[in-house]
Amino acid sequence: MMDYEAFSKSRARPSPFLKNLCLSYFSGGLICVFGQILVSSFRAAGFDPDTSSLLTTGTLIFLACLFTGLGWFDRIAKHVGAGTLVPVTGFANSMCSPSIDNKAEGFIFGVGAKMFLIAGPVIVYGTATAVLLGIVIRVLMIFGIDITGWIL
Amino acid sequence: MRLFCFENRPRIVSCASVGGGLEQQGPLSSFFDLTENDTKFGLDTWEKAERRMNELCVSLVMQKAKILPEEIDLAFAGDLMNQCTASSFAFRGRDLPYCGLYGACSTFAESLGLAALAVDSGKARRALSLASSHFCTAERQYRYPLEYGNQRTPTSQTTVTGAGCVILGQDPSPVGILEFMPGRIVDLSAKDMNNMGAAMAPAALDTLLRYQKETQTDFSGFDGIFTGDLGAEGLKMLRVLSDREGLSLPSSLNDCGILIYDRVRQDVHAGGSGAGCSASVFCGYLYSKLLDGEWNDILLIGTGALMSPTTALQKESIPAVAHLVRIRRC
Repeated sequence: MMDYEAFSKSRARPSPFLKNLCLSYFSGGLICVFGQILVSSFRAAGFDPDTSSLLTTGTLIFLACLFTGLGWFDRIAKHVGAGTLVPVTGFANSMCSPSIDNKAEGFIFGVGAKMFLIAGPVIVYGTATAVLLGIVIRVLMIFGIDITGWIL
Repeated sequence: MRLFCFENRPRIVSCASVGGGLEQQGPLSSFFDLTENDTKFGLDTWEKAERRMNELCVSLVMQKAKILPEEIDLAFAGDLMNQCTASSFAFRGRDLPYCGLYGACSTFAESLGLAALAVDSGKARRALSLASSHFCTAERQYRYPLEYGNQRTPTSQTTVTGAGCVILGQDPSPVGILEFMPGRIVDLSAKDMNNMGAAMAPAALDTLLRYQKETQTDFSGFDGIFTGDLGAEGLKMLRVLSDREGLSLPSSLNDCGILIYDRVRQDVHAGGSGAGCSASVFCGYLYSKLLDGEWNDILLIGTGALMSPTTALQKESIPAVAHLVRIRRC
């Protein structure tokens, strides 16, 4: 009995792996370079390190949402793939895009509920991991072991 | 006997096809009765747009033949939406008995075959068949939000924004339905949701093999054999699988999903798909070639992948079906 799934995969036109890899690497890197420019600019403007980081993240999120609303984000992502997906821009787009689509179903059950369609697992498992890690840290502290210096 | 032969030759009394922007820019644009660039068809949601597209298509098909709704006894219609609301809502208030169908992208061939059965039996004077799909409504339901920044694989297909509608009857008309072979559900455990064509190819092969066994045809007598929406990847797999089975398919084998777009100029990856693909391509391009006499005898094999977003998340494989209809000048 033929393993049809494996057979059809072997015959399927492959994705241009090298091209995708290069484009995603450089575009993701460029976004991070831009982020660093923002951090440095905010620091130069007199903000402390934590606030500068927050403002940078906020700016990137804002721009990702703006680009999503203008219909530019998916056109860029089509070519650069993980480059826009992996940084915080991807998270912002993943919440903004379903909000736009689901406005048809109203602000509560449409926008409000469906906003987390793609980002939901990131929030759930990110928070759950943080809670677990917190428990591990606290339990170790009872035994006099402090690992916060390594992690934070 | 699983090949239905229509001795009374239900005739195609009228055909109409409606398309969207991408279809308007494609190679078959002149064969649509109407195309609309606005994805919302001037309305406020894509779901309403698909309904509107269906309403326009049904109105057009009746206008073209000067037939009133009360002169049609039965309508078979379906689409890709949950609960087929694009079809059912489009028939609201019309004096037309409605039977909803779901065959995914094979819905048009299924509806054409069933309408032919109804008319050939003598029980229905006229029957209507309709199928549609819309890129935006399908993406929302089956895949990702429209503005989501993901990359599609080369094997993925683009859902056609289109609708096709046919009225069958015993009115004099040069083109008729000769045969209908409903498909069996075939599942070879394909799971790749990004390669629907490969998932459906085995079902198309199964139907073609069964058709050959019933009719002893060598397929050389047909002017064209058109699968619904296998796309470039699925058609490739069909040729590979048929070679392995010793089934010789002619070079006239083609696919509506490949015909409807220019895969070089338009960003559609492996080609068109959706219930509206075979419907709009048949009701525009294929029918016009039969009507003007360029072609005499063709097969349409509507192919459908019968999974749902839920079954995909549950890691189930993709069962498929392929319904065959033979249309010929009479």
